[in-house]
Amino acid sequence: MTRPLNRLSIGLLVLMIALLVQLTRIQVFQRAELNAKPGNQRTLLTEYSRERGPILVARAPIATSVEAEGELAYLRTYPAGPMFASATGFYSVVFGATGLEKAENSVLSGEDPRLFVDRMQQLFAGRQVRGGSVTTTLDGPGQQAAWDGLKGTVGSVLAIEPATGRILAQAQSPSFDPNKLSTHNSKAANEYYKELEADPDKPLLNRPIAKTNPPGSTFKVVTAAAALESGRFEPDSILPGPKTYTLPGSNVELPNWTGTACGPDGKVTLAEALAISCNTAFAWLGNELGDDALRDQAEKFGFEESFETPLRAATSRYPTDPDDAQTAMSAIGQFDVRATTMQMAMVAAAIGNDGVTMRPGLVDETAAPDLKPLESFEPSDFAQAMTPEHAAQLTAMMVGVVNGGTGSNAAIPGVQVAGKTGTAQTAKDRPSIAWFISFAPANDPQVAVAVAIENAGVSEVSGNQLAAPIARSVMQAVLSG
Amino acid sequence: MPEAVDVTAPATQPTRRNTELALLVLVWLVGAMALLLASEGAAGEVVSDVRTIVVIEGVALLGIHLVLRWLAPYADPVMLPAAAALNVLGIAMIGRLDIADAKRAVARGEEIASSVAVQQAIWMVVGVAACALVLIVVRDHRSLRRYTYLVGLAGLILMLLPMVPGLGLTIRGANLWIAIGPFTFQPAELSKVLLTIFFASYLVQTRESLALVRHRVLGLGIPRGRDLGPILAAWAIAMGIIVFQRELGTAAMFFGLFVGLLYVATGRRSWIVIGFLLTVVGVLFAYSAFNHVRIRFKVWLNPFEYSTAEGYQIVESLFGFANGGMLGTGWGQGYPQLVPFAESDFIFAALGEEIGMAGAFAIIALFGILIQRALRAALASRDAFGTLLATGFAIVLGLQAFIVLGGVTKLIPHTGLTTPFMSAGGSSLLANWIILGLLLRISDHVRRPDPVIIRPDDATTEVVQVR
Repeated sequence: MTRPLNRLSIGLLVLMIALLVQLTRIQVFQRAELNAKPGNQRTLLTEYSRERGPILVARAPIATSVEAEGELAYLRTYPAGPMFASATGFYSVVFGATGLEKAENSVLSGEDPRLFVDRMQQLFAGRQVRGGSVTTTLDGPGQQAAWDGLKGTVGSVLAIEPATGRILAQAQSPSFDPNKLSTHNSKAANEYYKELEADPDKPLLNRPIAKTNPPGSTFKVVTAAAALESGRFEPDSILPGPKTYTLPGSNVELPNWTGTACGPDGKVTLAEALAISCNTAFAWLGNELGDDALRDQAEKFGFEESFETPLRAATSRYPTDPDDAQTAMSAIGQFDVRATTMQMAMVAAAIGNDGVTMRPGLVDETAAPDLKPLESFEPSDFAQAMTPEHAAQLTAMMVGVVNGGTGSNAAIPGVQVAGKTGTAQTAKDRPSIAWFISFAPANDPQVAVAVAIENAGVSEVSGNQLAAPIARSVMQAVLSG
Repeated sequence: MPEAVDVTAPATQPTRRNTELALLVLVWLVGAMALLLASEGAAGEVVSDVRTIVVIEGVALLGIHLVLRWLAPYADPVMLPAAAALNVLGIAMIGRLDIADAKRAVARGEEIASSVAVQQAIWMVVGVAACALVLIVVRDHRSLRRYTYLVGLAGLILMLLPMVPGLGLTIRGANLWIAIGPFTFQPAELSKVLLTIFFASYLVQTRESLALVRHRVLGLGIPRGRDLGPILAAWAIAMGIIVFQRELGTAAMFFGLFVGLLYVATGRRSWIVIGFLLTVVGVLFAYSAFNHVRIRFKVWLNPFEYSTAEGYQIVESLFGFANGGMLGTGWGQGYPQLVPFAESDFIFAALGEEIGMAGAFAIIALFGILIQRALRAALASRDAFGTLLATGFAIVLGLQAFIVLGGVTKLIPHTGLTTPFMSAGGSSLLANWIILGLLLRISDHVRRPDPVIIRPDDATTEVVQVR
């Protein structure tokens, strides 16, 4: 019976080896896939068994983990409620994570490879692994001003430090309370989420960076920049500014918002045209420059580029292959021009920053649990949008908008503010979008801001009435801080 | 068969009991360490049960070791430590799961259930006592041959007991239990011991006629028609188990045991082929006829599609293994309690999560060692019955381990067998310790030195009485 016994022995050995192979498959090769499967409670429980690192503004936490009763050891809380939701996003048992909670998850959760040594130290010391911290670039007073200003509107604010690209304020209205989504009571979280999804004003949409709108007259600064960069125009170049402008190749008459001609005898300087937001002059200018020059200029400010702050922003668009009539409309920020609030803040910031567009960023510093820095914000140039001389000329023109033009409500006593109003029509029966972009102080800008109010009236003055005051209070808050 | 035995072995053949003692001390320490870590990891303190269990384990292991020194001094020195290691690791994991249950009860404001681990440690004592009793009563394994058909009948009756109305108990869809008063018992576990004894002694009697060949087809000897009777009977019993007890694993184990023994007894590969064909027919029939079998297969092929229903256990099991990875989360640091019945059917998944692939490999290696040691005893046995009996037990342990571990790792469809020596549950532990007792008895018989041959001119040599 020796031979059959030897064979049987081999047979049983093969079965055992099959088990070893299968274990290797599921514990090594399929491990990541299994861990990432939806419905895997372990991944969640492991995440929640650690003290997740805080998200900070200056040194104050805007998202922090506190010990909780029950199966999940820690609860994520947001002390300021909905105010920072556009930046932090939420961290939910049921709905996963969004915003910085998602983008910086590896640091916050402590899984980041750079935290490996810390993790091992904590394990050997018998302590629970903690996550690292993320300090945002946000400015507390600036964010508060933006949040307060947006109350009751549908709109968004984004402020940038022109020299570096640091995002100083990122706010939206309506917003949501991330506390109500991070609750461990999944029934309550579900109900709140349903409520948010049913809201026609879309509180879950990250309005400052993910929603694009026609920029309206604020886009005229891009057209003006292209005009100066072309070398063919100076701020005091005379442009035709008649009562109406006949769009080339059609018989459609584009009017001025005042219903009158710009300046006496229908002629106006470039600077004056910007100050009073003269449609006919800029439509004419758009056709003079051509759509390639306009697109080129827009792209240097960041259009057609997708930025990650690290939150992914929507790409702002300048239309491809417009005809002459469409180019004229694009030059005044209508037709198919679309920009995020962040994009228009970048335009203002670049003009204030000697013409250099900076990449926007929301994370100032990430640090290990022991506060040792992991990575700090590095300002990064995106493009030289215009020469410093032209930028200075355009700045002076935008000061004129606030001091003697359509943007009077943005004026701050004792500080030179450069700005531009805008009102964009989306559709005939839909409310128009009131815009304001600005930076201050004009000679050495510390803050650039864009405000978009999406439920404005239909008047061109709404940019100045609704958006400019918010821009002003954000700038004031940042400057006095 | 006897070629492995050195007939000139001296009378001073080492007993190797000291080796066994050293290994047992190691096993005991590993078990104690595992429990301590599990308690510290899961509860943050050393719970009071730990000391109780460690003492019980120490007493049980020392006791059986002394019994071996007395009654089976030449028994294999590795078998007992391997089985003991599986048992104490199982108890450590059950203790760890107790803590998770207690925590959950506290969180829900319920009463904390009594410790399953302490209960299991007591069952270990019962099992070890049964093992000792086997060694006391069965001084020579060949005596078991005396009651071949009685043993077979008893095995069959035990297997059928759960189907008796009023006695049987259906737990998780399988009729494997019987209830007597407050006690529940899985008679199939004991039945597997009796049926192995029956098959071995039956095949010793009939193996010559079963080895006869009538035709040769494709190089295979085909047995005579009338010799197909026994294998068909075994197949019918296995199918009966699937139909009436709704249990695939038990059926596969019994049929595999019979076919394996038939092959070893006759040396004819045709029995393997016939067994394989019958298995295919059986599986196809069961699949088409029974919904519970179909569900098992569907869940196996695509567990994530059924992750909220029938596939929940296996999906959680896979998540556990993945969470453990190569080195495991560490004792008490994972979430093995998320797998329903982690302490019984899915104890291997719980261990795979917390001690990782490294630990899981070690457990499979322990099973491998136990099986190979049993086969070694089979190979070296001086009588055909001893060979077949040890082989039968090796097959039972090997197949059962494979069916359970393969089931929880999704290598094969999952069925509800217990993990030998590890799963919480008295009947299984008891049956496996009885098997170990018989294996130790056979291995002792193998290595016990032959009587020294008397040379007339050597006056100093003492005459040894032959049994």
